[in-house]
Amino acid sequence: MSRISQHDETRTNPAFYVLLICLVVMSAGPIVLMLANSFKLNVDITSPTAGLLFMPTLQNYETALCEFLWYEPEHLRRCDPTFGRALVNSLIISLVSTALTLVLGCMAAYSIVRFRFMGRDAASFTTLIMRMVPPAVLLVPVFGIWNEQFGLDGTRSGIILVYVAMNLPFVIWILQSFIVQVPIQLEEAARIDGAGPFRVFFLVVLPLIKPGLAAAAIFTFRVAWNEFLLANALSDRNSRTVPVTIVNSITEYNIDWGVIMATGMLLAIPPILFTFFASRQIITGMTAGAVKG
Amino acid sequence: MNIQSINRLTPYMFLAPAAAVMVIALLYPIGYMVYASFLDWNPSQRIGEADFIGLRNYVNLWNSDSFWESFWVTIRFAGLVVSIEMVIGVGLALLLDRQLRGMAALRTIFILPMMIAPIVVGLMWRYMYHPQVGVFNRWLNDLGFGTIPFLGDSTWAFASVVIADIWQWTPFIFILALAALQSLPQSALEAARVDGATGWQQIVYIKLPLMMPVLIVTCLLRLIDAFKVLEVILVMTNGGPGLSTEILALRISRTASEFRQLGEAAAMSNYLLILLMLITAIMFVYTKLSEARAARLRAIAAKAAQAEEEAV
Repeated sequence: MSRISQHDETRTNPAFYVLLICLVVMSAGPIVLMLANSFKLNVDITSPTAGLLFMPTLQNYETALCEFLWYEPEHLRRCDPTFGRALVNSLIISLVSTALTLVLGCMAAYSIVRFRFMGRDAASFTTLIMRMVPPAVLLVPVFGIWNEQFGLDGTRSGIILVYVAMNLPFVIWILQSFIVQVPIQLEEAARIDGAGPFRVFFLVVLPLIKPGLAAAAIFTFRVAWNEFLLANALSDRNSRTVPVTIVNSITEYNIDWGVIMATGMLLAIPPILFTFFASRQIITGMTAGAVKG
Repeated sequence: MNIQSINRLTPYMFLAPAAAVMVIALLYPIGYMVYASFLDWNPSQRIGEADFIGLRNYVNLWNSDSFWESFWVTIRFAGLVVSIEMVIGVGLALLLDRQLRGMAALRTIFILPMMIAPIVVGLMWRYMYHPQVGVFNRWLNDLGFGTIPFLGDSTWAFASVVIADIWQWTPFIFILALAALQSLPQSALEAARVDGATGWQQIVYIKLPLMMPVLIVTCLLRLIDAFKVLEVILVMTNGGPGLSTEILALRISRTASEFRQLGEAAAMSNYLLILLMLITAIMFVYTKLSEARAARLRAIAAKAAQAEEEAV
């Protein structure tokens, strides 16, 4: 063992650290740049002499979040509530759809893993196939069906329904690999003690697959929080989500860079927080999906 | 197994809610789309009022030059992006596979780009590529070069979109390749080292072949995702200039919302879906084949061990 570590130490030369620094700068650079720009006035962003020196300001964030502020920002003549409303919509839609997806997904994954029943292979194969359906493919049918048959057009529940359906195959797939690892003896013991299948599931299995649930929750939340295309097709003025408002405010010319960067940052913050606090779960989730095959 | 004794309906009760949602909001819409692809349908009509025109949407698309251009843009984009990301991602994983203090922090930073909303990624790159305010052109001007139309010229625009995707998704391949590397059997590597294999030989003859199953699955997962990319390109170029960055997913969305031809968009979705089916089928067959091979190898090994035991 000592030989190996020595070996590695001798090979670690300065060029290696230079490479590491380059990689970190390359992957975090654009994000930091955007963060910096969200604290700049438009004058500072567009002036040709702009550099690292500028007066940081919260003006852009005040403009975006004016609805929630307890004071009236001086630079604003009129508060535009579009973004604040979208933020509330985004939060509700992503949280509800994540919760629903997890509950339905872990039950389905459990039944696919633990029971032998008719149609088990079909169920497992269908989830696999459904994983590859691009959101763009759902655009036309969802537009027609939600509008004409379900009457859910322009409501939050309509968007939540699509997101739950879209995320279920992935969640089932991820959770399967965690449920397989739960020792079956534990479940049998609980059952001998007289617990029914639902109690076994909620009291024995669920606590044991917490890491898997965390990974699945992060991925589901991320998809629902970031999705644009279907939200754009299904939402109306009152149910727009943040990505939709951002795209709507990008016009061909004359972009208000400061405010748009601030809204972009606000959209990016929850996934960034998840990444910092739960990177291990994210990586487990990613590898469980692929390394296991 | 104590399981037979449970009520026969239990598995269905566990599965039913998820199955119901997927049938209502996933399978049914896809069936609906297949039907819609035979219609001449625009968004102001109800679907019942649309004319049935048989395969005309498919034939029109098949004969349309711009559809084929989009098709080839998609293939070029997916092929280019996935192969570059595979090379860089696997290369980095091989380089960085060592006990390193702070590796966890590094990985955290590397996964940031793919966690952020595609819309935001597009926004960032659109800003950086901007002819006047973007950082790239500022640096070029400071160094005395002229301005490059990163998003204004068709060749540059395609390259810019590819670069943005590589920035966002190389970490995915890197992380999976690293996980594969770290789960390799240490005994094989140790044996190679004892036999005096150089670092290069270890990579080519031991690490890469052993990683291959994971790498192929990773590659196909990434390939499927590359066909789904839409938002980044929508924000950066909206398919332009001309059709140079209009991949199929984007074209579907534009046909439906801008040109208001839902039937044609549905037919296009079907073409895309068939393409993806083919890719998934390949992935599925490959996984089955490699499982079968692994099982055969295990059987042979078991038999050999048994024979050895008997000989002893």
